[in-house]
Amino acid sequence: MKISKNKTAKIAKEAKPGNSNSIWRQPLAIVGVVTIGLWVVAAIFAPWIAPYDPLSQDADKFVTPSAKHWMGTDELNRDILSRVIYGARISLPYSLLLVVLSAAIGSIIGGISGYFGGKVDAVIMRITDMFFAFPAIVLAMAVAAALGPEIRNAVIAITIVAWPVYARLVRGLILNAKQNDYVTASALLGSSSSRTLLVDLRPNLSGPVFVLAALEVGNALLLLSGLSFLGLGAQPPAAEWGSMVSMGAVNFDRWWVGLFPGLAILTAVLAFNFIGDALRDALDPRTAKALRD
Amino acid sequence: MEPVLTDRFSPMKFFRGTGFIPFIVKRILTSFLLIFGVTFIAFSITQLVPGDPVAANLGQSAYSDPEIVAAFEKEFGLDQPVPVQYLRYIQNLSKGNFGISLSSKRPVLDDLKEYFPATMEIALVAVVLALFIGLIFGTISAVTRDRLPDQIIRVFSLTGVSMPTFWTALVAFYIFFFLLGWAPGTGRLQPGAEAPENVTGLFTIDALIAGDFATFREAFAYLLLPAIVLAIYAVGVLTRFTRASVLEILGNDYVRTARSKGLSEFTVIRRHVLRPALLAIITVAGVAFASLMAGSVLVENVFSWPGLGQYAYRAAVGLDLPGIMGVSMVVATVYITMNLIVDILYRVIDPQLRKGDQ
Amino acid sequence: MSLLKVKDLTVTLMTGSGPADAVRRLSFELNHGEILGIAGESGSGKTMTALSILGLLPYKGKTSGSILFDGQEIVGFKAEQFRKIRGKDVAMIFQDPMTSLHPMLTVETQLTEHLRHHRKVSKDAARAKALELLDTVKIPDPASALTAHPSQFSGGMRQRIAIAMALACDPKLLIADEPTTALDVTVQAGILQLLKDLRKRDNLSVIVITHDLGVLSSLADRLLIMYAGAEVESGITSQILTSPKHPYTQGLIEALPDSGGSGKNLIAIEGMPPELGKFPSGCAFHTRCRFAQERCKQDWPTQVHFGSQGRIYCTVNPSAHEKTGQS
Repeated sequence: MKISKNKTAKIAKEAKPGNSNSIWRQPLAIVGVVTIGLWVVAAIFAPWIAPYDPLSQDADKFVTPSAKHWMGTDELNRDILSRVIYGARISLPYSLLLVVLSAAIGSIIGGISGYFGGKVDAVIMRITDMFFAFPAIVLAMAVAAALGPEIRNAVIAITIVAWPVYARLVRGLILNAKQNDYVTASALLGSSSSRTLLVDLRPNLSGPVFVLAALEVGNALLLLSGLSFLGLGAQPPAAEWGSMVSMGAVNFDRWWVGLFPGLAILTAVLAFNFIGDALRDALDPRTAKALRD
Repeated sequence: MEPVLTDRFSPMKFFRGTGFIPFIVKRILTSFLLIFGVTFIAFSITQLVPGDPVAANLGQSAYSDPEIVAAFEKEFGLDQPVPVQYLRYIQNLSKGNFGISLSSKRPVLDDLKEYFPATMEIALVAVVLALFIGLIFGTISAVTRDRLPDQIIRVFSLTGVSMPTFWTALVAFYIFFFLLGWAPGTGRLQPGAEAPENVTGLFTIDALIAGDFATFREAFAYLLLPAIVLAIYAVGVLTRFTRASVLEILGNDYVRTARSKGLSEFTVIRRHVLRPALLAIITVAGVAFASLMAGSVLVENVFSWPGLGQYAYRAAVGLDLPGIMGVSMVVATVYITMNLIVDILYRVIDPQLRKGDQ
Repeated sequence: MSLLKVKDLTVTLMTGSGPADAVRRLSFELNHGEILGIAGESGSGKTMTALSILGLLPYKGKTSGSILFDGQEIVGFKAEQFRKIRGKDVAMIFQDPMTSLHPMLTVETQLTEHLRHHRKVSKDAARAKALELLDTVKIPDPASALTAHPSQFSGGMRQRIAIAMALACDPKLLIADEPTTALDVTVQAGILQLLKDLRKRDNLSVIVITHDLGVLSSLADRLLIMYAGAEVESGITSQILTSPKHPYTQGLIEALPDSGGSGKNLIAIEGMPPELGKFPSGCAFHTRCRFAQERCKQDWPTQVHFGSQGRIYCTVNPSAHEKTGQS
């Protein structure tokens, strides 16, 4: 009759609320989902929702927010509200694309590392270490500048710096799973090792990778709009939130020029983070810890 | 009979028996390798992507003159094959020569010496601020888990990590400079004001060394707003991390023991929980410090702060490889050094870890 | 008057699938200078009983019923009131001395911090007391032990330090939760002897919680056997050990290695103990009981008394299953 060592600690852990809660029982997650939903609607139906054409220069210069122009107009007489709405068409899809790309690349590299182990693993992990030591934004700036300032290139640049987190996560999960009984069991049953990796492990990997990706969408959006702010991403006259804020920086005394596009970034990033956080809490504690480390 | 003492503390044994010295040597060596690796990555990636540094640094008319282009390429070694360029770079680096910046036409080392302290100054203030606030709020959040203070702090810390720094900088600048007039404006000192005699490069410290309190106050006033803006993200990170570590430690048996003694909750938290949590939190603060230095690019841009971020930006836009490499190495070195210090601290402070190592 | 009088104690914990009772309608008493052994399998609610007396239940744990300690009703105590008796009047020793002592604080700090907090004594007086305590628990060279960290001691020595820590404020009640489980067999005897000596010297009241009846056989005056959060049998130790009345207790004793039973580790009882939140209805033991009848599944078991001290909870007439094949 063995008694587990930390009974109370175990019960306390089981007693933690997060475990049984699906994300729908967390109010912040709902706020996040609704906010993202609104932005998606704005992006899809922009031509019908936006009061003006985002590129039209028919209004007056620097109109303060009013009934006619809720968020005012900018230096080039354009309606800021319309530009903010159209901005969702750039920021959301590109940051999602960016996250999907880096998650895919990172997972493959991490998978190779964890699966083969040994020297391959050592080399790949040292390389990811170097990437972690690297100032992401400096590298992203350099790559974006070299490829030429364009939103597509900014996406490539950020993907190059963003994949290592996924690689490290997937590798860790595979190493954990390798010690697990069911992998040994399926190996004993004679299934080939690649089959083991793909079929048996995939469900265990996809959850954490998805959560990490959800947590990273916000960061991706921040970096992407940051590059655009510096002039290394989306180019004028495109209505992109980051480059709109940079117009606000030039005309900082006209507060509305930079304020609203920045708020758009903030709400979208915050919403993604609300969702990512709730997803992580909904995962079992050990996986959640792997995500934090 | 039962053994009385298994590991009586002795300094000699501590340094020899536990392999402390070999550990440090090994860690320092791997750190050097990492920095070396960083140069390699920076070099390969910037070489892999198409981009013409010559075009980026010469004017339109000069670029159309093949002789000028050839001279430029020769001057900066761009006419050599890429591996040769890299070897030459590493060779020079080992002599402490970071090369000549393509954009400023000065030795990169001189540039770094000028810009690094400026960034260091705001990043230091920011990280101290963030550590202080993050520690307090993270602890409150953990102790009041799931109750109102926790909920509020969690929303605020999430907001902190969700704010686009460049926008926060802009809003802060508008409010505190333009509307309220509390902040002095952009730059490190008043236009035309003389910088204190250069000792550390940190204007506040240099002013204090020179005994010039007026300049100290001014330099401090100038750096405060950028530092606060820079700190916001780190506050979010450190609050969340502190909450998680404190919660983890609260689940330990020894905390239950402390509570079983009837100590006040404050004492339990301060003495029994924060002490072990502090190490991990300082680790993250160290890493956050390195990322603050990189993240300052966007803040420096708004505040015209003449720091590493601005320099990195100019180097990137100018495809100035020596400049980019210089900045990357500085930030990577800070990051790696922070990790190294923290690793060593762990060994020295935490007896459990030291024991598990034998 | 008894020191501790527990009546109808129910402890409710919050689990992943909602609230669950970990301790159910438990009643017992403890006299001054008495050693009570509480025994049961993992998950039987022994530890939660102890933690409820100290007000240290896990997150969102709740207590109902009555706990009279030294004439005071503890159930319904506020955190502040618990802190006044904890460490001072009631002290606790935990199972694993490897994890229950703080790894980063010196032995002196851990021995004296509550003494200084509760008694407001000076640092020097506290240190003198700490030396005395270390001597009591037979730690060699107490002076140098004070400046050491727990990691520098072996498991047995750490448990002695934990006991010294518990004794610092001269408590009226000492609760020891599996004090020897994590220790080597050779070290266990020393710790048990120490507890016996302390009771004799200070007239200390002790509750020893364990899954190991062997530990209690020479130590406890009385026994309380728990199953699925509730009492199944209680009485004088020697009587229970020689003639257990409840089928569960009988199984436990048959499982003791030196009782002539078939082997160790509860082979005598089929099945596994129920998990928290999944306790069977009626008499929780009915799923494993060889005498179980239909009514055991619904009715809370009846109390049956034997002599002046013995008591079992069993609906089926106990005389019908007088223990057979006893050594």
